[in-house]
Amino acid sequence: MAEAVASLANSVLPLRLEQVSFVINGRAIIDRVSLSVEAGSRTIILGPNGAGKSVLMRLCHGLLAPTSGRLAWNRPERPGERRRQAMVFQKQVMLRRSVLGNITYALKLAGVSSAERKHQAWAALERVGLTHLAKHSARVLSGGEQQRLALARAWALQPEVLFLDEPTASLDPGAAAEVERIIEAIHGAGTKIVMSTHNLGQARRLGDEVLFLHQGQLKERTGVGQFFTTPSSAEAEAFIKGELPWLYHNDAVSSLPAQRSRR
Amino acid sequence: MDVVLEAFGQAARLIGSFDQKLVEIVLLSLQVSLSAVAIATVVGLPIGAGLAVGKFPGRQALVVMLNAMMGLPPVVVGLLVYLLLSRAGPLGEFGILFTPSAMVIAQTVLILPIIAALTRQAVEDAWHEYREQLTSLGARGWRAALTLVWDIRFSLITAVLAGLGRAAAEVGAVIIVGGNIDGVTRVMTTTIALETSKGDLPLALSLGVILVTLVVLLNASAQSLKQLTERRYG
Repeated sequence: MAEAVASLANSVLPLRLEQVSFVINGRAIIDRVSLSVEAGSRTIILGPNGAGKSVLMRLCHGLLAPTSGRLAWNRPERPGERRRQAMVFQKQVMLRRSVLGNITYALKLAGVSSAERKHQAWAALERVGLTHLAKHSARVLSGGEQQRLALARAWALQPEVLFLDEPTASLDPGAAAEVERIIEAIHGAGTKIVMSTHNLGQARRLGDEVLFLHQGQLKERTGVGQFFTTPSSAEAEAFIKGELPWLYHNDAVSSLPAQRSRR
Repeated sequence: MDVVLEAFGQAARLIGSFDQKLVEIVLLSLQVSLSAVAIATVVGLPIGAGLAVGKFPGRQALVVMLNAMMGLPPVVVGLLVYLLLSRAGPLGEFGILFTPSAMVIAQTVLILPIIAALTRQAVEDAWHEYREQLTSLGARGWRAALTLVWDIRFSLITAVLAGLGRAAAEVGAVIIVGGNIDGVTRVMTTTIALETSKGDLPLALSLGVILVTLVVLLNASAQSLKQLTERRYG
């Protein structure tokens, strides 16, 4: 992970967004968002469905181009050069190759020499505990295993920043806990984490700061502790009230387990 | 009814005895159609994949044209290739009209759009699914196309088989550019057409039986290969 702690001048972070909008058919999915994504902390993107969480990350990751505004990395990406960022999607896309082959494919695109690829891919599988499945076809793995493989694939690329789009959305609690552990480990190894989630418990466990989106606008950016207790925007307060009503009504505490499983 | 039954009996005897004339016709058919499929695959896969992944002006028009060309009438293809290869035509100097080479060319022209169009559809479907992941990993352009083609390689067998089925079964193109010359350019379909009109039902019938059997066998093996690989690779 030595590259992840690259010198400041060489780092692609911070990523700066200035008045970035993404408009489709006259509707602003992302509406004049300005923010700076710095190295280090774990950033959680929260917001109701349709707030633009996924689109914002896709804009950052370069999968979508903003319709207006400016988006600039500290050091611009050059085509043909190894990408310093990776993304893990809600729905994993695995190639019809072995588990190991899916990682070596990504390493090959990243320009890793063929002698190094196998070695690095094995190490990546080891970190997520999938070495016993290395020779299996990636497409026949369970959802949880595929998500771990997706994380291993992203991690193998040693990105400076990793975008995660609701990485545990369709996983059972056991698999979700394992994915959370891996995300922690990736962050521990020096990678900036930017993650969207619907799971507020997960946001509290994994997050350092919260970006709250509402109808495409960035409504607030605060530390995770402060966000849940004293949100500064009315929209965020309403959102937390809707998701965690027991924080505001003492008599609702008894319904806590039922509420927690709600999305 | 007796005539038909007798014909079937004679056809069975012809097949059972590996009649030399029969074997020659079957082999030439396979040689011509398989060559055409090989060429059309080598040319058609990249065209289809490029159309699926590429972004350029006129792409939509090309896709429409390609799809329309899937239904080209074999006799029209035969006529066009005939004009190209005839003495007075632009490729007349090669002197390959009424040879198996001319038949291969005609069938290639006939099935190239089929293989390219079916490939385009399959690769485009896969591209919708893979696009974000591949872009995220840094695969663009021809590299992404190559990855997609390799990843759906088992589905593409269907496209190639559709081409082979069309080539093996058509009569209009090969009869025009081949001329149905005994021992030189006579293939299964042209022989069936000729012998039926001459009233020699046994030969026509035996060839018909072989043709249908071949097509069924090909599709059955492709189907089982596809199922096998789907179980293995998901």
